[in-house]
Amino acid sequence: MNNYRTIGRSVEKSDALALATGSSLFTDDHRLNDCLPVKILRSPHAHARIINIDVREALSMPGVVDIITHKEIKKKYYTTAGQGYPEPSPYDTLLFDDVVRYVGDFVAMVAAETAEQAEEAIRKIKIEYEVLSPVFDPEKALEPGAAVIHDKEEFHPIPVPYKPKENIAAEVKFAVGDFQKGLEEADFVVEETYNSDYASHACIEPHVAASYFDDTGRLVIITATQVPFHARRIVSQVLDYPLKKIRVIKPRIGGGFGAKQEVLLEPYVALFTLRTKRAVKLIYERKEEFQSGRQRHPMQVKLKMGVKNNGEITALSMDNLMNTGAYGSHALTVLSNSGSKTLPLLNKIKNIDFRGRSVYTNLPVGGAYRGYGATQAYFAINQHIDMICRRTGQDMLEYIKQWHIKPGETSDVFKALGEGKEGVEQVVNSCKLDECIDRGAELIDWYKKRGQKTETRPDFFRGVGMAVSMQGSGIPMIDMAAAYMKMNDDGSFNLDIGATDIGTGSDTILAQIAAEVLDVETENIMVLSSDTDRTPFDVGAYASSTTYVSGGAVKKCAEKIKEQILNVASGILDAKPGQLKLAAGKVVDTKNNKHCTLEEIAMNSLYGSGLTQIQAEASHFVEQSPPPFIAQFAEVEVDKKTGKIRMVKFVSAVDCGQAINPKLAEGQIEGAAVNGITYALFEGFHFTAKGQMTNASFWDYKIWRSNDLPEMETVIIPSDEKSGPFGAKSVGEIGINCPAPAIANAVFDAVGVRLTSMPFTPEKLYKLINHE
Amino acid sequence: MTGTFYINNEEKILTFEGGDILLNTLRKNGYSEVKNGCHEGECGACMILLDGMPVNSCKIFTAAVIEKKITTVGGLGSIHEPHLIQKAFVEMGAVQCGYCTPAFVLTTHALLNSKPLPTDEEIKDALDGILCRCTGYVKIIDAVKLAAQKINAHE
Repeated sequence: MNNYRTIGRSVEKSDALALATGSSLFTDDHRLNDCLPVKILRSPHAHARIINIDVREALSMPGVVDIITHKEIKKKYYTTAGQGYPEPSPYDTLLFDDVVRYVGDFVAMVAAETAEQAEEAIRKIKIEYEVLSPVFDPEKALEPGAAVIHDKEEFHPIPVPYKPKENIAAEVKFAVGDFQKGLEEADFVVEETYNSDYASHACIEPHVAASYFDDTGRLVIITATQVPFHARRIVSQVLDYPLKKIRVIKPRIGGGFGAKQEVLLEPYVALFTLRTKRAVKLIYERKEEFQSGRQRHPMQVKLKMGVKNNGEITALSMDNLMNTGAYGSHALTVLSNSGSKTLPLLNKIKNIDFRGRSVYTNLPVGGAYRGYGATQAYFAINQHIDMICRRTGQDMLEYIKQWHIKPGETSDVFKALGEGKEGVEQVVNSCKLDECIDRGAELIDWYKKRGQKTETRPDFFRGVGMAVSMQGSGIPMIDMAAAYMKMNDDGSFNLDIGATDIGTGSDTILAQIAAEVLDVETENIMVLSSDTDRTPFDVGAYASSTTYVSGGAVKKCAEKIKEQILNVASGILDAKPGQLKLAAGKVVDTKNNKHCTLEEIAMNSLYGSGLTQIQAEASHFVEQSPPPFIAQFAEVEVDKKTGKIRMVKFVSAVDCGQAINPKLAEGQIEGAAVNGITYALFEGFHFTAKGQMTNASFWDYKIWRSNDLPEMETVIIPSDEKSGPFGAKSVGEIGINCPAPAIANAVFDAVGVRLTSMPFTPEKLYKLINHE
Repeated sequence: MTGTFYINNEEKILTFEGGDILLNTLRKNGYSEVKNGCHEGECGACMILLDGMPVNSCKIFTAAVIEKKITTVGGLGSIHEPHLIQKAFVEMGAVQCGYCTPAFVLTTHALLNSKPLPTDEEIKDALDGILCRCTGYVKIIDAVKLAAQKINAHE
């Protein structure tokens, strides 16, 4: 292996001590003078037209400073999806509209001196609604005569199918080979419909944003965002306010997972500050987070495979129906990714028919969520693989090893399916999935436990299951990241990056990448990130891009710095730059071992003969999106009397290329795995017949606590991705893809019934076991 | 109204309204390390130690804890002089977004006070009042074990 100074070492996360001692500032921890809290009046109806809205009494209430409704704003359509421009999401959203489209949709906002006064005023706003018929079921939304949810001037900013009159927010189709012909070659067909539910990211810090005018009259927005640069652009665009007058700062942020890839609150606080000239803060309550934040899109996946008796899949069709809720945030791209991030894994399948539709309903709004559509589709694919293996009598591990994509291979799907356009052809450089499978099998004791249906006590049966997946590393030919560095008097470096650390530790691993190039300790790299005034552009933290894309920018930038350092040193040491090398904070002449320190070089350039600031910038985009790979294994115990599933053990083995910081990489997988397990077991939204969510609190929407944890093992199987910084790929999303199918396969192993609908509640499993 | 509180070993006289919640009072007075995650007593991010016991400050009236001893994570150690528990969390990689970390650190402190060498099960049970969505708890549990070792070695 390579002999690195800092890459592959679990250096301490640079902000961890400040976080553990409580000195870090999150958005709500910024104390702003005379700050107005904002409260939101939300729709009690799933679908209604506002006939009249009267705020006169509310405005006269004590402490009330401003109220905004649809009457106060210019009608400008936009998308809350924090994506690159032009966004591949429909412009179907107004800040306020005279139609409300789900329970919890925005009707009015009040800014007052205190939160209590704002809440008081909200109760005094008089509204007359004309209740419209709602539609909750995506299949019914497609039927002729169904209520139309968007029938005004909504449009799509890019040329893709968009049919709001049919409630279709996005449609994706592609075909490879000849599906029908492939089906004819098959000996048998495996066909099943799989369903996944809504899920909340459940970031412990809710959505929060604050804004104020600084001393120079510029609008500053402090916000819990994954996408500060997109937030600045979208606020400017929606409010018709010059971008140059807006500064967006991301402080510490309490979890993202995709939830904060939405530009959800920023335009509102900015609008209030523009109107009142006051500082303003808006924080979602937990209930709002559930009902009016952004959620994982529920998806129905109809999967059909034609299979030969030897297990070869001759044809595959996937028909995905995605519920995007009342607005189409990420409606196209999550749908696309349900194919593009999954089907290349089984690249030997030559005949593929893919269709996906994202459908508007009068339910909460979907958005980006770790896994981004791949999670929903892998739930289906991995159960299909299990079924094929059981039918053909093959070991699932050997089967996957035979049929998955290998280094040097490609898939037609890469090219066929991109994000709102064609994809990008790519060949897989690195793949250690076989090793992941072997190591994971060892840790779960696969061959001893599989198929045993061990009854540990009366009516309690154990089983093991597994699943595999790939993801991507950034969006090729679209995502761009930039970095700036300068050298200080003492030989330390400032690294300014647009990249957005949302708790993942990206500030730390990007510093490690710079430190490795410059052969210094990581503590000599001081990172400033995610400030649109102070740092260069970066698309933000999404699509598993930061290590691979932003890391690439940092590496390039540091290499430029290195070149300048060697040039200055060549003057000091009177040697050609080519014979000099960086070594542990010094520059050494390889011919005679003469050396000078980085401090001497910095001082020489700043004050001596150089009189130059050693500084550099670099931009980076990627031409491919090398997939990380994972194999995850579940051992479960099913209580046949109640249908309850108990997790006994969960194993993840991941190939994320070279892990820059193994502890942080493991942390990504462990967090994603637990999130994926609870998504499978019990996360889901419950609604009344009128579309009101009934479990919008942590009391009724359960996620795991520490004492729910089974034995967890996570291993990193290193590979070397030549296109990535020091061999790195991504690791942020992939760990959430396989818990659900691995558990479902384990349940089948234990009790012989197949869970095709998430979450796997005891009631559902009980009914399956008892053939109800 | 006003009341005296002993916050992080300092006597503090705070002004508040009768119905005020301790979480809000603490945050208003600069203890921003006490976090708000749900305001409904479920997520535990607002955990403080009240006379040494971990409690959710979002479910307590300020008026009910006059004259009591309140500890926030800032009272255990600072960025300049961190507590061994805080160091252990950093060292084990138990801090991701860090929003829940103050609560976990405080609860660990209370746990190790009563059980200097807790078992895995005792750790998992003690921490079960706090939600974390980032870590999957694995490294947090490791951090508690490391903290126990550090403290026992230190004593």
